[in-house]
Amino acid sequence: MNLLRLSWRMLLREWRAGELHALSFALLIAVGGVTAVGFFTDRVNQALTTEASQLLAADLALVADHEVNSEFISEASQRGLTPVRILTFPSMVVSATGNQLAEIKAVAPGYPLRGKLRIQSGESERVAEGIPDPGTVWLDDRLLAQLQLAPGDSLELGAARFQVAAVLSFEPDRGGGLFSIAPRLMMNAQDLPATALIQPGSRISHRTLLAGHPREIAAYRAWAAPRLARGEKIEGISDARPEIRSALERGGKFLNLAALTSLILAAVAIVLSARRFLERHLDGCAVMRCTGASQKQVFLLYLYQFLWLGILASLAGCLLGYGAQWVLARQLGGLIAAGLPAPSWTPLVYGLLTGLATLLGFALPFLQRLKRVPPLWVLRRELGGPQRINLAGFAAGVGVLLAMLLWQAGEIRLGLYVLGGLAAVVVVALLLTHALIRLLAPLRHKVGMVGITWRYGLANLVRRRHASASQVVALGLGLTALLLLTLVRGDLLHSWQSTLPVHAPNRFIINIQPDQVKPLQVFLGSHDMAAAELFPMVRGRLLAINGRAVSAADYAEDRTKRLVEREFNLSWAERLQDDNQIVAGRWWEKRSAAAQWSVEEGIAKNLGIKLGDELTYQVAGQSFSAKVTSLRKVDWDSFRVNFFVIAAPALLEAYPASYITAFYLPAGDEALLNEMVRTFPNLTVIDVAALMNQVRVMMERIASTVEFVFLFTLAAGLMALYAAIAATREERMVEAAIMRTLGASGRQLLLSQMAEFILIGLLAGAVASLAATGLGYVLATRVFHLPYAFNPWLWAIALAVGVLGVTVAGWLGTRGVLRQPPLQTLGRLG
Amino acid sequence: MQARSLSRQVPVSDGVLTILHHLDLEIASGESVAIIGASGSGKSTLLGLLAGLDLPTSGEVHINGENLFALDEDGRAALRGRLIGFVFQSFQLLPALTAIENVMLPLELAGTASARELALSVLQRVGLGERLHHYPKHLSGGEQQRVAIARAFATQPKLLLADEPTGNLDSATGGRIIDLLFELNREQGTTLVLVTHDAELAARCGRRLRLVDGHLVAE
Ligand SMILES: Nc1ncnc2c1ncn2[C@@H]1O[C@H](COP(=O)(O)OP(=O)(O)OP(=O)(O)O)[C@@H](O)[C@H]1O
Ligand SMILES: [Mg+2]
Repeated sequence: MNLLRLSWRMLLREWRAGELHALSFALLIAVGGVTAVGFFTDRVNQALTTEASQLLAADLALVADHEVNSEFISEASQRGLTPVRILTFPSMVVSATGNQLAEIKAVAPGYPLRGKLRIQSGESERVAEGIPDPGTVWLDDRLLAQLQLAPGDSLELGAARFQVAAVLSFEPDRGGGLFSIAPRLMMNAQDLPATALIQPGSRISHRTLLAGHPREIAAYRAWAAPRLARGEKIEGISDARPEIRSALERGGKFLNLAALTSLILAAVAIVLSARRFLERHLDGCAVMRCTGASQKQVFLLYLYQFLWLGILASLAGCLLGYGAQWVLARQLGGLIAAGLPAPSWTPLVYGLLTGLATLLGFALPFLQRLKRVPPLWVLRRELGGPQRINLAGFAAGVGVLLAMLLWQAGEIRLGLYVLGGLAAVVVVALLLTHALIRLLAPLRHKVGMVGITWRYGLANLVRRRHASASQVVALGLGLTALLLLTLVRGDLLHSWQSTLPVHAPNRFIINIQPDQVKPLQVFLGSHDMAAAELFPMVRGRLLAINGRAVSAADYAEDRTKRLVEREFNLSWAERLQDDNQIVAGRWWEKRSAAAQWSVEEGIAKNLGIKLGDELTYQVAGQSFSAKVTSLRKVDWDSFRVNFFVIAAPALLEAYPASYITAFYLPAGDEALLNEMVRTFPNLTVIDVAALMNQVRVMMERIASTVEFVFLFTLAAGLMALYAAIAATREERMVEAAIMRTLGASGRQLLLSQMAEFILIGLLAGAVASLAATGLGYVLATRVFHLPYAFNPWLWAIALAVGVLGVTVAGWLGTRGVLRQPPLQTLGRLG
Repeated sequence: MQARSLSRQVPVSDGVLTILHHLDLEIASGESVAIIGASGSGKSTLLGLLAGLDLPTSGEVHINGENLFALDEDGRAALRGRLIGFVFQSFQLLPALTAIENVMLPLELAGTASARELALSVLQRVGLGERLHHYPKHLSGGEQQRVAIARAFATQPKLLLADEPTGNLDSATGGRIIDLLFELNREQGTTLVLVTHDAELAARCGRRLRLVDGHLVAE
């Protein structure tokens, strides 16, 4: 007997009989969902990466304080990575009316490799084509104002003369340290020799920008990393601005969460459908065994059927997913400015493998049970029925799922949290269901205490104990996913976006002299910019920790080395800023507090500073020591002024300080700045509005893509819910038809079904609210690092949706029975 | 009970299959009628129509003067609850309920106060006093059949329609069940319509009708 051919014929037969529709549909939707999410997140991730690379003006940058070895350049060219070199250095710029220190950026044709420059010449602001022509330069408006120049005027830079051709209004890669930004002059690298500014010993930053296929970029990075010499380093997209990095990471996590959830929901739907398949085939299998088929033959027969089905449904699912992601991409519209790149083929492979692996992983335990059905089953159901499904049988399925999760998410932690949450939901649901059934079971014998309909509902719940428990599990999981997707997601996205408040400061003022503090506050106050807090800033250098001298050589990380080598900004304060949080020790409460330090936890970790350590600083030529009495957590996303190291007033008050402040300047109020600069000519104003806008737009885009992806996961959740209801639908219809025969009225039928549905819905709602609360908390605090806000609505909504959803779905499912003659429901009588 | 010009056709892959063809039947109150016929001749179909469990292609059924097919599903169910007991060929017990709960169900649906006592006595009469709290899947075929019969006459219906009520029983048990049915017929004037292959049972009925080619022919 050719089992493979026979299995195919049986599959066709089963298909015609409608036996496999539900299972195939679940699998198709699941694979469709997974691939759509896969395709889509793949494309969105690519697009997001593109956007992030604009902040670097490249995909990768090689940064050095000297000219890099030419092998780096030739290797990049060989790999087709189009290297473009740019140099930046500080220099004085001289005009007819004065001179000003500026940051010069000499660029070569091709710059920027990612993103666009914008310039203003005449009235219109537009995207620049190319770079400044030789002999001309572009200045930002700050430098233009300081030198009192206008386009068309000329200026001197080093030994050369240049004509100002345009105002430089936007550079994609104008990131860098906020406080080191001097006004900008951009020139053509060809003109560099003429300026004679490139001399040995001058402070020049050499950047080599690279762009190309992600694979090549990664390969180049791997090639270059071990060859880096002192003073050379590589910056990738993820090394770009930390705000962007955390936005990208969080966005990626949201998308992955969506994909993971849809995968799990798929597994739920498969388990439910496979279980139903098992129940309907026990008889057939037993008959086959009676007629002489071996266990192995029976098993293979069904295994092959499932393989056929898995391949076909997964392929169809991949097609569906491919189609769906186009729709998704279309819905996204112009949200991603960079445009979505063409989908790659990986999600297709992934979808196929996921479909097959999930189907087999979760259906095999049922098939195995099918194979063990004793022939005697035909005669006596209660005797030697196949053993119950061993939960351990799903270990393979869960393993497959886990592997898929890790592959897709690439994040063990997120995967484990989601799986752990899932396991907890299953256990809690089973425990709750069995506890409730045990509690309620005696009620069914107490005539008079509960009506016939409730007793009947209860009886059904008790008899279908295992089916009911798995329904509660599935419904609970589905509801959990829906809750996570709607409420918790909303909360998470909201608290993420609120990390960058609408009126976050967009201008920084530095260089404020102590005697200007009061007048400036008055000035700002009179222009409705009250509450602007001014922070003292004292330049200091860390000399020793616990008496042991620190040196750059003790630290591996470049950033840390730099922190140790240079002076950096210290501050003193009486009050703790409200976006700071003490994580160890205590904040001094009084102005008169003894000399002590408070250190930001991140830098404390990098520098190896612990609570109670004694730090020796040198300020203005004097050195002094004090103990660290607290470690702080700082919200760097807030765009507010913050300091790594803060002293109690007593420690630093006496030293010369300048002040810094940040405030929100509404768009259109720029005239105020001119007035301020006239009143306080020495102040330097730094504009971070454009930068913040970039961050905000990015956040919004990520949030809306996430919303779209979640929408799809929502459909997968509904599928799981549907499978849960459908699992017992036919059984219910038959029972309803029998009750009809015995004279039950429509009302009685409905009530008896409702009783069971309400109990199941309540249980599922309770399980889901527990799970969503717990998972929401864990996700917020552990994975997304956002503050968690408990949402009491979650419980109300979960219970209401559980009861209403299940009852309405159940009612829709059995409603037909009420209008149909019983025999038509029962089908042919034997 | 009257059936007039009752027809039932079902669509099959190659056209329509006519199971019943303008069938007429009149049964007086208190009568006992056996319907016999070859397998597949349409006996179950006819019985289902007489109980209003299915809709005919054409024709009418009147019970106690009420036109069964002029009522809606709810109306027919209520009428069955009041007047009709039905025994399925395949029993159709509710798997969630024990034997006694299955028998109690129609009583409770009708709002009878002493459902448990009534159900208990009926089950004892069919010889299942020891099996009250067993679930259908733990009962043998014959036992399930007796529960189904007990359920059908627990409500003391005016009309009892039974599809091969002794099909799964040994002759001794079958004999007891037959006695029971006719006791009911004598004591309460219950009209009996029995589909059967059992010659002995058919012989005890007042009338025997054979279903051939969609018509009833008296034997
Ligand atoms: N819904 C239906 N669709 C197709 N064919 C049907 C349908 N209902 C009944 N039949 C056919 O009508 C015929 C009569 O069926 P029925 O069950 O009434 O026979 P029966 O006389 O009770 O047979 P048996 O003695 O074997 O129980 C059969 O051939 C059956 O296949
Ligand atoms: Mg029949």
